[in-house]
Amino acid sequence: MAQAPMRRAIESGVPDNQQFLHPLLKKNYGNWRYHDRPRPGVLHHVARGGDEVWSVRAGTQRQMDVHTVRKLCDIADQYAEGHVRFTIRSNIEFMVSRSEMVAPLIERLETEGFPVGGTGNSISMIAHTQGWLHCDIPGTDASGAVKALMDELYEEFKREEMPNRVHMSTSCCEINCGGQADIAIIVQHTKPPKINHDLVANVCERPAVVARCPVAAIRPAVVNGKPSLEVDEKKCICCGACYPPCPPMQINDPEHSKLAIWVGGKNSNARGKPTFMKMVASGLPNNPPRWPEVSDAVKRILHAYKEDGRPWERMADWIDRIGWPRFFEKTGLTFTKYLIDDWRGARVNLNASAHLRF
Amino acid sequence: MAKQQHPTPMLDELEKGPWPSFVTGLKRLAAEKDYVVDVLGQLETSYKTRKGYWKGGTVGVIGYGGGVIPRFTELKDAEGKPVFKDAAEFHTLRVMPPPGMHYNTDVLRKMCDIWERHGSGLIAFHGQSGDIMFQGCTTENVQKAFDEINQLGFDLGGAGPAVRTSMSCVGAARCEQSCYDEARAHRAVINTFLDDIHRPSLPYKFKFKFSGCPNDCMNSIQRADMAIIGTWRDNIQTDETLVRKYYAKHGMTDLVNDVIARCPTKAIRVRNADEVATGPSITSVRFDDTQALEIDNRDCVRCMHCINVITGGLAPGKDKGATILVGGKRTLKIGDLMGTVVVPFMKLETDEDREKLVELGQKIIDFFAENALEHERTGEMIERIGLVNFLDALGLDVDPNMVSCPRTNPYVRTDGWDEEVARIKAKKQQVA
Repeated sequence: MAQAPMRRAIESGVPDNQQFLHPLLKKNYGNWRYHDRPRPGVLHHVARGGDEVWSVRAGTQRQMDVHTVRKLCDIADQYAEGHVRFTIRSNIEFMVSRSEMVAPLIERLETEGFPVGGTGNSISMIAHTQGWLHCDIPGTDASGAVKALMDELYEEFKREEMPNRVHMSTSCCEINCGGQADIAIIVQHTKPPKINHDLVANVCERPAVVARCPVAAIRPAVVNGKPSLEVDEKKCICCGACYPPCPPMQINDPEHSKLAIWVGGKNSNARGKPTFMKMVASGLPNNPPRWPEVSDAVKRILHAYKEDGRPWERMADWIDRIGWPRFFEKTGLTFTKYLIDDWRGARVNLNASAHLRF
Repeated sequence: MAKQQHPTPMLDELEKGPWPSFVTGLKRLAAEKDYVVDVLGQLETSYKTRKGYWKGGTVGVIGYGGGVIPRFTELKDAEGKPVFKDAAEFHTLRVMPPPGMHYNTDVLRKMCDIWERHGSGLIAFHGQSGDIMFQGCTTENVQKAFDEINQLGFDLGGAGPAVRTSMSCVGAARCEQSCYDEARAHRAVINTFLDDIHRPSLPYKFKFKFSGCPNDCMNSIQRADMAIIGTWRDNIQTDETLVRKYYAKHGMTDLVNDVIARCPTKAIRVRNADEVATGPSITSVRFDDTQALEIDNRDCVRCMHCINVITGGLAPGKDKGATILVGGKRTLKIGDLMGTVVVPFMKLETDEDREKLVELGQKIIDFFAENALEHERTGEMIERIGLVNFLDALGLDVDPNMVSCPRTNPYVRTDGWDEEVARIKAKKQQVA
C-alpha cells in the first residue's frame, strides 16, 4: 500500500478572532462606553449604542483535562450563548447578553467547582509555569504550588476586599517565566551546579555555556582526561543559567534549591511607572505537596497589605508610602544582607538621601 | 479502561481544598489512558524526590523547525528502561491563540476531540507566552495532532530563537479604554513573521505584545522585545452623566483621595465650575452643579489612573494610536530590563498605519538578527550598543519622551553638537 503523501502545513498564523466573538462583542467592537462591576466576578460593559453585556469570570486550574473543558463548554452553551474567553491569568469569562442570565450562570459554575471572582480588588489566579509536569529544568512544581496557594486564597479570589488588585506569579527557576507580579514565588538555588564530567563533552556546546554565565565563573577544563567545564564556586551566584544549555551541570537540588518571595512588581502604568519586584525573603523550603512555609509567608504579606493599604494602592504603592523598614516590621520578614543589591546598576537601589523612616 | 493507577499519596493531597484541581483532571484522563497513568506516576516521583525528569530533544512537524516542545523521560531503571514506559514521551504543541483569547464552544470541543484522539487530553489555556498548550503527545502522534489542529484553522507558535507567539488584550472587543484595534495589529504583525516563528534562526527569542492602553494588561513593557501600547495625543474625553454618577456615589473624600491625590503629575484639579480654565489643552467636566474637574492635558502622562477610577466619565482622547517600546525581558543574562520608548506615538487606524508598524518590526528584527550576539535579547543588545546607535540604525529621531532625564555625566564626545542642532532644526522646519 502506498504511503499517504506528507501533508504540508497551512501557514495560517494567528486566526481571526471575529469568528469567535460573542455577537454583542462583535456588534459593538471598538464602541464601548464604560463598565462597572455589579458584584465580584462580574463585569458589566455598556456600549455607546446602549447594548449591555455581562461577563462572568471564574477560576480554572489552567492545565485542564478535556472533560473539564467540555464541562465549561456545556455551561457556556446552556447559560452563556456559547462564547468564552480566557484572561492572561487563565481565568475563563462567559459573556451573556441579559442580566437575568448572570445568577444562574454563577450558581452553575460554583456548583461545578469553579469559583467566580478574580475581578477588581481581588487576588486573582496565580500566573504560573510548567514545573515538574512538563519543564526540562524545573526546581519545583508549578500547578501544585499554585493549587495549594489558591486553596488558601480562595475567599480572597471571590471577594474584592484588597486595597487594589493583587497579581501573583510563581516560577520554577530564576528565569522567571511567571513574570513580574505584586507577589512572586521563585526558585532560588543556593549551591553551584553539580557537574557530571563524563557527559559534558558530548552533551554541551562548551563555549556557549561559558558565554551564558552572567559572572564569568565557568571555564573549560579537562577533568579525568575528558574535556569538560569547571565552575569557580567563589564567583558562582547559583543562578542556573548554565543548566539549560548544559544539562550535566545539574543546578536543581532537593535540599538546596529554595524558594524566594518577591514583592512590588507592577505591570500597569497607572499612577507610577511600571516597577520590578524586589526580593524580600529567601531560603524557604521546597516542600511539596503543599508548600506550607510559602503559603504562610505569602499570607503574612497579604494580611499586612490588606490591613494597611489604602484604596487604589497596589503593593508597590503601599510600600512606597510606608517604606521598607515598616514593610519588614509589619510582615515579620527579616531584612538581611542578601537583599542589598550588588548587581550592575545596584546603586540606584541604595538610599542616596537623608530620607529615613524610624 | 486503562491500567491500574499508581499510588499517588503526594498528589492526592492536591485533590483537597476548594480550588479546581489539575490532579483530579489528570486522574479522570488516567481512567481512560495508560499514558496518563504513567504521567501521574512520574509526577508523583518528582513530588517525592523533588527532581524533574524531562529532557528536551528534537521533535517537530513537517516543514517547521519549532513549535513543538519535546520531552523524553529521564526516569530510567537500572537497565536504562523508562520506569513509566507509557509516558516515555510527553511533547507539547504550542498553538497560537486568536487575539484576545476568544473562543466559541464549537472550536473548543473540536480541540478537545483532537487532543483526546492523539494526545494526553491535557490542555493549558494558556501558557505564559500565550500559547494554547496541548500537553502530552508521543512522537508518533505529533504530526497527526498538528494536522487536525491546523485543519481547524490554527497554527503552531514559536519556540527557541524565533519570533514567539504573541498576546493581545481583550481590547476593542469589550473594553472602553482600547486605543487601537489590537487584534488587527496583532495579526498584521505576527502573520508577517510566520517564517521567523516556524523556522527559528534569530540570535534569540523575539516577542511582540499588544496592549490597548497604558494599563498594559499584557505586561508588554516587562515581557516584550517590542511592546505596542495604545495611547492618545489629544485631550481626555468626558461624559458628564457618568462623572456626576461617580460623585453622587462616592462624594468629595473619595474624589480627592482616590482621583486627585493619585494623579502622578498633579494634572487634575477640583475647581469651582465658574473658575474653570479654558484653552486647547484643558479638559473640564462638572461633577455637581457648582464644581468641576479640570485637567491640563499637557501635564498628563496618560497613566490611566483617573480613567480607571471614573471609567467612562473620563476616557482616552480621540487622536488615538500607540507607543512603541523596545527591549523588555526577564532576568537572564544581564538582569531584568523594561522596554524603553523608541516611538512615542504612531497612528494605528488604517491598513497603511499598520503596514508602518509591520515595517518597523521588520527593521528591528533585521537589525537584531544582524547585530545581536548569540542568546542576546534585544534589550541586552541595546544596552551593549547604546540606544542612540539603535535609533540611528532604524532611522528614528531622538525625542525627550525617550528618557527619564538627560544624561547625568559628561562622558560623551560632543564635537558634533552644532551640526546636530542645525540638522534637527532644519528637519523641524521642513515638517512645518
